[in-house]
Amino acid sequence: MLKRSMSPARRARAALAKALMLLSTALTCGLALFLIGWVLASGIPHITWELVSTKPSYLAGSIGILPDILNTLYIILAALLIVLPLGVGAAIYLTEYAQNKRLTAAIEYAAETLSGIPSIIFGLVGMLVFANTFGSCLLAGALTLAVMNLPTVMRTAQESLKTVPMSLREGAFGLGAGRWRVIRTVVLPGCVDGIVTGCVLSAGRVLGESAALLFTAGFAHTLNGFFSALRSPGATLTVALYLYVSDPTPGAAGASFAIAAILMLLTLCVNLAAALTGRYFKKGRAL
Amino acid sequence: MRKKEQALERAVHGVFLLLGLVTVGCVLLITVYLILSGIPAILQIGLPDFLLGDTWASTAAQPQFGILPFLLTSVCGTAGAVLFGVPVGFFTAVCLAKLAPPKVKTAAEGAVSLLAGIPSVVYGLVGMLVLVPAVRAAFHVPDGASLLSAIVVLAVMILPSIIKVSVTALEAVPQEYEDASLALGATPVETWFRVSVPAARSGIAAAVVLGVGRAIGEAMAVMMVSGNAPNMPSLFESVRFLTTAVASEMAYSRQGSLHQQALFSIALVLFLFILLVNAALNFFLKRDKEGSPC
Repeated sequence: MLKRSMSPARRARAALAKALMLLSTALTCGLALFLIGWVLASGIPHITWELVSTKPSYLAGSIGILPDILNTLYIILAALLIVLPLGVGAAIYLTEYAQNKRLTAAIEYAAETLSGIPSIIFGLVGMLVFANTFGSCLLAGALTLAVMNLPTVMRTAQESLKTVPMSLREGAFGLGAGRWRVIRTVVLPGCVDGIVTGCVLSAGRVLGESAALLFTAGFAHTLNGFFSALRSPGATLTVALYLYVSDPTPGAAGASFAIAAILMLLTLCVNLAAALTGRYFKKGRAL
Repeated sequence: MRKKEQALERAVHGVFLLLGLVTVGCVLLITVYLILSGIPAILQIGLPDFLLGDTWASTAAQPQFGILPFLLTSVCGTAGAVLFGVPVGFFTAVCLAKLAPPKVKTAAEGAVSLLAGIPSVVYGLVGMLVLVPAVRAAFHVPDGASLLSAIVVLAVMILPSIIKVSVTALEAVPQEYEDASLALGATPVETWFRVSVPAARSGIAAAVVLGVGRAIGEAMAVMMVSGNAPNMPSLFESVRFLTTAVASEMAYSRQGSLHQQALFSIALVLFLFILLVNAALNFFLKRDKEGSPC
């Protein structure tokens, strides 16, 4: 009834707005679907056992991406190992210790600034600071990425620390526990969800990062164990994709398609993991 | 025993303080390193020649280091990406926050998170192999690797940040505002655009600024689709951005040479841009927190 009494212009505006909204949403979702579909369709046929289980060989003229896969895993592991204590520690300082408002504001402002800095700048400074001291190696890359992910880990840990009820802390204090004991036994177990979420988010970012690694982690495709890899240069999947795209040797284009598909699958996994952990911990909360 | 415990407490406090200060230290370190390594070349070339020089010929016999083409390209590219990306992102955000039923919303938000998670080299690859040929065919230009391709890729890449932040802002609008508007006879669509959107405008502005920051800072995807020649910006011409200028020449610049120092100066300029963007972001977020929509 109300609809019939509206003026045509008003009805037209509403219809236009609604159409624009639906169109934009369809465009966004369509883009995501197209990207997944195109990358998987053109990449999966190129994924062969030989490709993912060997290293590149000039003698056989073949390309293998096993070193790149391993380097990616190593760098994710190393970056997380470095960033976790730093980020969680900073979050604990902010929520449990900090009383000086100015210092808190400075730390939070620094974190915001850090999260806005583009990865190419992290790459440059990482090159100046880390790669010049350790040589260009996976460790230099991991350190650079750790600094880059510091704000993410800090923020997620902080959010979940805030949800640990004050009464639990007060109870522990009332029983005579010192601050460190309270943090160790009450606060930290309560913020596991934030730490896991932070890990998943950071792993996703490290997985997709390339600009920050170009000048810090190097380009080599050699097979290494974890500790020797940290000390030698190596390309991750993203960097390898970039290298193979502009490489005219036969098979390189196929390798880059295959890497893109693998990256896409890993991204899907990370997103799924993020959604699942989020849901899992929400359920735990409600109980 | 008591003393020992106190000492432990104090030590732990110190350790956590140190961890908290790491973030500040990192920002200071980055700033100091960029300034120290960026200033020498600017001094040697001269600030006006560096910023306003229109020729970049780093490897010529008489090298010239003018970054005006990169500056203008970065500005134009970002503006173009915002022009395409913001309307789509804005309408999608309103749709997700208000119109979409919960199931559709969950699915669409999954798609948006996925767009955010796709590595930039993958965007670059798809841009190179799908978008660039499409641009060449559609506009009959000799090479599709151009500013236009870069703008489209950037527009897609900033969509997720715009959508996510805007949806959060729109969902934070108090239900009472919308109820009042509906009770006064406005239709739901009118309520969303005349009441909810103005009430959430600081958050939406922050979303746009965040998108601008992403677009200015993106390097790899743009490098793969923009052609990389240091031309003045023009829609169908091969161009080079501030980020790609650093990324593409760093590998072959000699350490300590004026060339490499000039690249650091470009990074310094980029950093200043980002600081400006951050300041704008903080301004909008702070206004949002204080929160009176009037």
